[in-house]
Amino acid sequence: MVVAVDHEASGLSSSEYERKLAEFEARINRGEKIEPADWMPETYRKQLIRLIHVHANSEICGALPEGKWIPRAPTFKRKLALLAKVQDEVGHAQLLYRATETLGPTREQLVEDLISGRSKFSNVFHYPAETWADVAIIAWLIDGAAIVNQVMMSEGSYGPYARALKRICYEEAFHLKHGYEMCCVLARGTKVQRAMLQDALDRWWAPIMMFHGPSDKVSTHTELLVRWRIKLKTNDEQRQQFLRQFVPKMHDLKLKVPDPSLRFDKKSQQWLYDDPDWEEFKRVVCGGGPVTAERLEARRLAHVDGLWVREAMVAAAQNRPIPMPSPN
Amino acid sequence: MTDTQWPVYEVFHQQARGEPHMHVGSIHAPDADMALILGKEQYCRRQACVNIWVVPHEAIHATAYENDDIFIRGTDKSYRESWGYQTPKTVRATDGGTADDG
Ligand SMILES: [Fe+2]
Ligand SMILES: [Fe+2]
Repeated sequence: MVVAVDHEASGLSSSEYERKLAEFEARINRGEKIEPADWMPETYRKQLIRLIHVHANSEICGALPEGKWIPRAPTFKRKLALLAKVQDEVGHAQLLYRATETLGPTREQLVEDLISGRSKFSNVFHYPAETWADVAIIAWLIDGAAIVNQVMMSEGSYGPYARALKRICYEEAFHLKHGYEMCCVLARGTKVQRAMLQDALDRWWAPIMMFHGPSDKVSTHTELLVRWRIKLKTNDEQRQQFLRQFVPKMHDLKLKVPDPSLRFDKKSQQWLYDDPDWEEFKRVVCGGGPVTAERLEARRLAHVDGLWVREAMVAAAQNRPIPMPSPN
Repeated sequence: MTDTQWPVYEVFHQQARGEPHMHVGSIHAPDADMALILGKEQYCRRQACVNIWVVPHEAIHATAYENDDIFIRGTDKSYRESWGYQTPKTVRATDGGTADDG
C-alpha cells in the first residue's frame, strides 16, 4: 500500500518505479549509504524527516531540565560538567536539524513546528527534574537509553543522519560516564543522598521504560523501517538491550527497581517486566505531559529572546549598525 | 531578511599543522566570519583542532554518484605504481656491447 502511494507521488510509470525501488533496496542490502541527492521512495523520506526531527527536538528539550540545574549544581566541577553536557545536547540538535534539512524542510519550519507543538519530542522530557538526583538519573539512564538507540541508528542507511550520530555518540560517552559517577557518589553517600537517588529512580522508571517506544506488538511501521535500515532493531529489542546493560548495575548500587515483576528469564534469555502504561505514553507525547507546556514556552522564549542576536548577526554581515535589544 | 534561512557553510577542520583539512559537517551563518565562530563552537569543542575552513555550500561542485563509472579503472594501471616495476636485489651491469632495452 505504501509502495502504491509512493508510486503515485513519484510521477514515474509503475515499471520504472518498481525498477528504482528494487535498485534502492539492493543498495541498502549491500550496506550502502543513501545520500541526499539519491533517489528514494517518498515514504523513506517522510519517515526519516519525522524521525530525525523528533530526535533533534528531543536534544533541545532534553537540555531544558538539565539547564535549569546549572546554577544549582553542588560543586564547581559538576557545574562545568553540566554546562558542557547541555552545550553538547544543543549542539546535537543543530547537527540533527541540519541532517533533517538535507531531506527538504527548512530550519525555520523545523523550529516553528516544535514551538507550535506540531512536532513531537521524546516522552522523557515531558517530565520535570525535581532534585539533583534527577540530574544524575537522567544523565546515567536516559542518556544510557538514548545511546542504545543512537549507536544502532548510526549504522542506519541514511548517510547524513548516520554521520551526525557518529559524532553524537562520541560525546554521549562522556554524558553517560559522568551520570554514572554522580549516581555512584549518591549511592555511596549519606542516607539522605541514597533516599534522593531511590526517589528519583522511582519517578523516572516508568518514563524510561517507555523511552524506546510502544511494544512491537502494537508499534506501526516497524517492519518497513527495519527493511530500509532506518531502524536496525525493534523497540522491544532496544528495551531488552537497555535492561541487560543497566539492571545489573542498578542492583550493584543497591537501587530497588520499582517493578516487582522485573526478573531475568533464563529460558527466553529476556528480562520480563510489567508493561508500562502506554496510554500515558500516548497522552504525554501528544502534548499532555506534566511540563509539556513549560518546555515549549521555554523554547519559544529562547527563540524570541534570541531574535535581536540573529538580527545583530545579519546587520554585522551587511556592515549595518548593530541593533541593540529592545528593553521589554 | 530577519530570521530567514541563513546560507549553509561546509566546515573543514585540521587536527594538527601540516595535516590535511577534513570535512566535518555544515552550519548556517549570515557570513563567513560568523561561520568560523559557529563552526568552531559546533565542531571543535574537544578534539584537537588547530585550524578550520568554512566554504559556502554552493561553492562545492561534486561528481554525481550515477556517474561513478568514471572512476572505474578500465585498463591495467600498474604502470603508475612503484609495485608495477621489478628490479633484482643485486645488479651487475654488463660492460656495454649491443644491449637491448627490455
Ligand atoms: Fe545528545
Ligand atoms: Fe547526552
